[in-house]
Amino acid sequence: MFTAFLIKYAEIGVKGKNRHLFEDALIHQIKYALKKCEGQFLIHKTQGRIYVDAQTDFDFDETIEHLQKVFGISQICPVVYVRDEGFEKLCDTVVKYIGDVYPGCNKTFKVNARRARKDYPKDSMEINADMGEAILNAYPDMSVDVHKPDITLNIEVRENIYVYSETIPGPGGMPVGTGGKAMLLLSGGIDSPVAGYMIAKRGVKIDAVYFHAPPYTSERAKQKVVDLARIVSRYTGPIYLHVINFTDIQLYIHEKCPHEELTIIMRRYMMRIAEHLARENQCLGLITGESIGQVASQTMSSLAATNEVCGLPVYRPLIGFDKQEIVEVAEKIGTFETSILPFEDCCTIFVAKHPVTKPNVKIIRRHERNLEERIEELVEKALKTDELIIVE
Amino acid sequence: MEVYLDNSATTRVFPEVAELIKEIMCEDYGNPSSLHRKGIQAEQHLRHAKETLAGILKVNEKELFFTSGGTESDNLALIGCALANQRRGKHLITTQIEHPAVLQTMKYLEGLGFRVTYLPVDGTGRIRMEDLRRSVADDTTLVSIMHTNNEIGSLQPIAEAGTLIKKINPDTLFHVDAVQGFGKARIYPKRMNIDLLSASGHKIHGPKGVGLLYVGEKVKIQPILFGGGQQMNLRSGTDNVPGIAGMAKAAEMLYSHLEEDVNRLYHCKRYFVNGLKRMENVRINGLLPDGSYGEGTASHVLSASFIGVRSEVLLHALEDEGIYVSAGSACSARKPQPSATLRAMGVEKARLESAIRFSFSVDTTEKELDYTLKVLYDKIPVLRRYTRRA
Repeated sequence: MFTAFLIKYAEIGVKGKNRHLFEDALIHQIKYALKKCEGQFLIHKTQGRIYVDAQTDFDFDETIEHLQKVFGISQICPVVYVRDEGFEKLCDTVVKYIGDVYPGCNKTFKVNARRARKDYPKDSMEINADMGEAILNAYPDMSVDVHKPDITLNIEVRENIYVYSETIPGPGGMPVGTGGKAMLLLSGGIDSPVAGYMIAKRGVKIDAVYFHAPPYTSERAKQKVVDLARIVSRYTGPIYLHVINFTDIQLYIHEKCPHEELTIIMRRYMMRIAEHLARENQCLGLITGESIGQVASQTMSSLAATNEVCGLPVYRPLIGFDKQEIVEVAEKIGTFETSILPFEDCCTIFVAKHPVTKPNVKIIRRHERNLEERIEELVEKALKTDELIIVE
Repeated sequence: MEVYLDNSATTRVFPEVAELIKEIMCEDYGNPSSLHRKGIQAEQHLRHAKETLAGILKVNEKELFFTSGGTESDNLALIGCALANQRRGKHLITTQIEHPAVLQTMKYLEGLGFRVTYLPVDGTGRIRMEDLRRSVADDTTLVSIMHTNNEIGSLQPIAEAGTLIKKINPDTLFHVDAVQGFGKARIYPKRMNIDLLSASGHKIHGPKGVGLLYVGEKVKIQPILFGGGQQMNLRSGTDNVPGIAGMAKAAEMLYSHLEEDVNRLYHCKRYFVNGLKRMENVRINGLLPDGSYGEGTASHVLSASFIGVRSEVLLHALEDEGIYVSAGSACSARKPQPSATLRAMGVEKARLESAIRFSFSVDTTEKELDYTLKVLYDKIPVLRRYTRRA
């Protein structure tokens, strides 16, 4: 029955002169999302609206599912196209539409007509009144309520006539690509995929880096990270995932620095490497899944200690989230089940029984000096191990 | 160099077996239940496979049934017998160190109202006859004991247990899970008082997805799958002709020079153990292969703990050098809990966390073991330096 979708967008609507850039990005993202769906679609922009027209048979549920992952869409309205063959024919179609979509036929409604094509014989007020009458005649249990109707039946008269009344929520946010690019520190845990999702939702394109520590972490742990990136990429588009071999650096820190500070110092080196990769790949910031106080390395003091080594802004979208709130988003976006698979990541493998919770930056810096002899060489070497996996 | 020492997880299919399977899949692909020539060709492969396997086990062809693998064979034996004999009693016996295919099926039967006794094992991973003697009662309908343990290779006293069970209660059925033992030892159900025996194709260089269940002629058993009534109504479903023929071919190849291979593997195992003993803080879990043939431990499974190095880490370190082993057993490697068998043996934590299983096959060579030992000598001291400090 439905042959098109009207795409409504929230924040883009309030943009100024660069609004078309946002719209074009949204169209691009919609095209990308629908590539994997059955059927052919034509996506076009008409008078400040984006329409997705199906040009062949398509799978309604699948299409909706994919559109619901495109950031920038606030609502999706399934549309019925009616060729203009006179008002009576239009009334018949609309009456049938109501019968199909609202089988009880006992709701309150109002008709909301827009006449974009001014040579149509009835003006919008007349369409409202006459169409309302036709519906009331057909379904005695329906009634009109112009203030708080159950159904707002939209009729837009253009070349063809568009009928729609249902709205399906989209994910909101801004089209990916309109906000620049950032480098996500992706582990195998619950938090970092959610952090990537949230920043991408603001229109930011995502690159990612994963620190691999063979043989302490397994191939399956790496595969899990690739799987997580793949789930996130359903929202963000393709993700360039950098896999860095971190083992030698980790062992060297383990050998030279106090055990309680291992995690902090390790994270400082992860940030340095991530920043290096970020700058090389035109990223404007880093993204982490940290949230205040969740673990020893995420206290305010620890965050300050890891933060100071990085010149780029570090975005921490989960900073004020409780674990449960993060889990809820992870479940919603579909990363949770993969995240909880039991493979060790490089942060947990050497963790001390009692890591520092209030690291003193000066002392950390002093202990990092123990590494002077070889660390630069090891960082260089680690950067050379960069394995790029394009995930989509 | 690539060294595959995870043969208790699965084995490489013999090329001759793969060849036969391909031929059946592409040429003699008929359904043995069909009346035409294509069906009869397929049936002949089936008949030949049965003859071969019946000869190896010295049983009647009519007593062999084919399943989808070891797990299904165990399920069919346990559930099929427990249910068919429940009017005689609802007591079952097994051991604490069985494969999950038996343990989880027992759990299921407990849910249906059966009582299950789980026999403990001693420090060598074997049950005590005295425990068995005390457990068999008038209402015991089935005892299930594994032939060879999959994690440490301990051999259970099957013949002795068979005699004992029948002496106390001649009506009690005796099931043996021989998934790890078949193809490595001569097993004769009729002489050992075994009523049901499970085996699997892919552990003996045959294909995955096929298993065998021997069911003695007089055993009362009912099906757990329902359908077209194949295999005398006990196991419905189109016969997996290529799989069955492949399994039989693999068994035939192994049993044609079994003693020779087993002796060589015992030799390899002793050689390897001696090599391991040259390192500090390595413990062998279970009995040492002390030279007495077939006494208590299998020729092809060896569990060793490298104290201070976590199993998973060593596993991946060996993998980097092309050596494939298991931490605990492959079936439970995805769950982070340590080996159930080792726990049942009362092994301490440091040994549980560092246990590695090496499992050999007829393809294993001394050269491969030398290489493995060399890699272990190199890696273990390095890995021990970087362990989690308490």
